[in-house]
Amino acid sequence: MSGEAPTRPFRPDPAAIALVAIAVVLNLLASLWMSRQVHDWLPVQASSAAPYVDNLFALETGIGTFIFLGCACVMGWTILFNRAPKYDMDDGAPIEGNLRLEIVWTLVPLLIVMAIAVHAIQVNQVLATLEGKVRVSSGSEAVAVAGSAASDEPVGPIQVIGRQWSWEFIYPEGVHSTELHLPVDRRARLELISMDVLHGFYVPAFRLKQDLVPGSVIAYALTPTREGRYRLRDSMFSGGYFSANQTDVVVESEDAYRAWLTDALRRPLLPAANAATELWQLRQERGDRGWATVPPAPPPLVHVDADPATPHDA
Amino acid sequence: MSPTIPFDPRVLRAPHPVPGAPDNWRRFFSFNTDAKVIGIQYIAVSLFFLLVGGLLAMIMRGELLTPPADLVDPTVYNGLYTMHGTVMLFLFLFPVLNGFNNLLIPPMIGAPDMAFPRLNAAAFWLVPLFGVILMASFLVPGGPSGSGWWAYPPVSTQNPLGHFINGQFLWILAVALSGVSSIMGAVNFCTTIIRMRAPGMGWFRMPIFCWTALAAQTIQLCGLPVLTAGAVMLLFDLSFGTSFFQPEGGGDPMLYQHFFWFYSHPAVYVMVLPIFGVFSEVFPVYARKPLFGYHVVAIASFAITFLSLIVWVHHMFYSGTPQWMRNVFMVTTMLIAVPTGIKVFAWLGTLWRGKLRLTTPMLFCLGGLFNFIFAGITGIMLATVPVDIHVGNTYFVVGHFHTVIFSTITYGVFAAIYHWFPKFTGRMTYEGLGQLHFVLTFAGSQLNFLPMHWAGLMGMPRRVASYDPEFAGANVLASLGAFLLGVATLPFLINIVSSWARGAKAPANPWQAIGLEWLLPSPPPAENFGEHVPVVIAGPYGYGLGRDLVENQESVVQRSLKEA
Ligand code: HEM
Ligand SMILES: [Cu+2]
Repeated sequence: MSGEAPTRPFRPDPAAIALVAIAVVLNLLASLWMSRQVHDWLPVQASSAAPYVDNLFALETGIGTFIFLGCACVMGWTILFNRAPKYDMDDGAPIEGNLRLEIVWTLVPLLIVMAIAVHAIQVNQVLATLEGKVRVSSGSEAVAVAGSAASDEPVGPIQVIGRQWSWEFIYPEGVHSTELHLPVDRRARLELISMDVLHGFYVPAFRLKQDLVPGSVIAYALTPTREGRYRLRDSMFSGGYFSANQTDVVVESEDAYRAWLTDALRRPLLPAANAATELWQLRQERGDRGWATVPPAPPPLVHVDADPATPHDA
Repeated sequence: MSPTIPFDPRVLRAPHPVPGAPDNWRRFFSFNTDAKVIGIQYIAVSLFFLLVGGLLAMIMRGELLTPPADLVDPTVYNGLYTMHGTVMLFLFLFPVLNGFNNLLIPPMIGAPDMAFPRLNAAAFWLVPLFGVILMASFLVPGGPSGSGWWAYPPVSTQNPLGHFINGQFLWILAVALSGVSSIMGAVNFCTTIIRMRAPGMGWFRMPIFCWTALAAQTIQLCGLPVLTAGAVMLLFDLSFGTSFFQPEGGGDPMLYQHFFWFYSHPAVYVMVLPIFGVFSEVFPVYARKPLFGYHVVAIASFAITFLSLIVWVHHMFYSGTPQWMRNVFMVTTMLIAVPTGIKVFAWLGTLWRGKLRLTTPMLFCLGGLFNFIFAGITGIMLATVPVDIHVGNTYFVVGHFHTVIFSTITYGVFAAIYHWFPKFTGRMTYEGLGQLHFVLTFAGSQLNFLPMHWAGLMGMPRRVASYDPEFAGANVLASLGAFLLGVATLPFLINIVSSWARGAKAPANPWQAIGLEWLLPSPPPAENFGEHVPVVIAGPYGYGLGRDLVENQESVVQRSLKEA
């Protein structure tokens, strides 16, 4: 949908057509260029879902740029060339509408957004087979939403426990940790559990986000595809020290993962260091000034504690 | 200004403006039932709260200037952002738009006043009342609500201090009163538009502002009862130990989200529709052209009303909604872009081959349209589930909706103020100050809101008091933009205050605009046309068509000149 279209009904002169054609071509090139830039605006891709999300976003950026520039060109043109000179009190061309044009600019956007929607539904379907997500209310049984038939045997289920304000990961092997370790290229099954309020399990490098809903266990699956250390952030506002509620996901080779598990089990269970607790203690020392908040839940007892100061890849 | 026409000293006590007489300021502080007085009351109160909300935003942006939470305590930050959002929505935007409804609807349709003047005044006086309640929550032990304008339970029902009167309690009370006020307003506006149009003004001769006002107020009537029900349940959970939304008691926190968004998504259209109306009024005047595709633009308003009621789950894609539901709501959300796009293209069509006059209101509308196209595109991105799963609840969303709510809607509010100021105060504003206001606002808002999109794409969650150092660049830019926006309000305030006090006297129709309100003196007398309601013989926006809007137009114009 290029806004330049209105020229046609009035003056089909070759110069105008050439101008519009040049504008459209330039706009297409610019849009293509923009859609190539999106990877610079996003964190590294570290899960099997990430490329799908990024490609969809790139497509939308391309289409969006085309529409935006098209409209901006029309606005710019009118501001430059259709401005009334000072003291010119005349009216513009008395055009009340153009039925053909109005039909076109209803149908074309309709087609564009529906095409995007259909495409996005397909991506959704693909992602569902990659992620798989089920909400299990306490008592009822887990039913897979979409084909979660995985090729090789998945890791887990690892319990992801959200509290005000800490993350705890409990492995079937018995390891308790505040850092999520996952083997690369293997599907990991998670069970998202909140002990108090809503939280959001959000790993930007995975392009995945799922709320933890108190009263439900949400079965969730993902496949990391790149080794590294990535931030896991609480994305659903959870009160007082919400912004301190973050930790890391460490994606490592199968061997390193195994070694980490065995090593972890040899360590003692100790209370984790916790940013919210430190902030809370600082506040108490300063005379408990500030507005009301529930105190942080006691830090979990873990074999392995995260060190937030370790540099992360994304 | 000394009066030029001799007047009876009794008019000083008149409860409404009398042309030529010195102003009676007291009427603005009383339970006045004149829609024009109420309109100005609404706008004055809302502009005061715009400053309050802006001040809160500046403190927030000060905190976000650096990664750690060092300026204020994180709990204070939570209260600030909650109050910022609440003040801006319920005490700035809704009231300012109701102010325009009051000022514009009766004169535009040739009615003497609103259908229910006393209800109208009562609806207005609830605004300062709940404004005081909300501000009082800063003073209660524990401070104001800090659970965000969504007030999602269980965070919102945690009540850490255990007091019965707490910030969250006052917040719910204020929002509920705001709902009551809005419903009272909606009944009034709908009735007035449906029943009180001038003879000859059929539906398709009605100005688009009235179409959009009606479409928006219909949303209020459909949606607000649902929000009110949700708020009452939340209040009971908070204060009386029920567990509608508490999982321990068998409740479901997700239920609240449905109640909340069933109204609060449409609410964003309650705010933007009247601004679509402002754009549709302002572009023809300063492009000197009829509105392109008037009928389609009018109908598109109601298409938006209908669609806005069936898209709410796009705010809950990552909350635990099943796949089929995500897909359905993705499609409906996409559909709403179609009637919205129709309007955008119609405005572009209106500009095309016009004779543009780049006055302050026109500049704000052009800037607002430019920003709105951008925000519509990021809206489509948010509507696609896979992308939203990544950027939902991040600064990308904050960037999206500020580009709409500030850079489109508030621009429209400024445009409307500059455009109709002469009509309702009888004074002209200063063009130079207005243009300075526009330039600063445009620069400030791009600097403030563009970098937010980038921070969100990189994964910065919204509502945080502290953040990882990699987001520092975007946040410094955004903070600078916010401070620039603070500076931008100065020329605006100076302009409004000094123009009203000593601006040049406004003629009846300073912009050579076509519309019933411009056939009245500036400011219009209490009952607008009184006994002489003109008979409408043509559709609006007849620029360049050489046709009259009303019967005996010449004599109506003469009367407006004589009375002024
Ligand atoms: C083409 C039209 C639009 C589309 C497709 C669209 C889509 C969306 C979507 C999907 C979200 C949810 C994002 C999330 O929370 O993850 C959203 C948020 C929002 N939109 Fe839009 N939008 C559009 C236009 C508008 C307009 C016109 C307004 C305002 C009048 C608006 C105001 C908002 C607000 C206030 C939020 C955020 C509410 C909050 O989370 O606090 N949007 N939009
Ligand atoms: Cu919405």
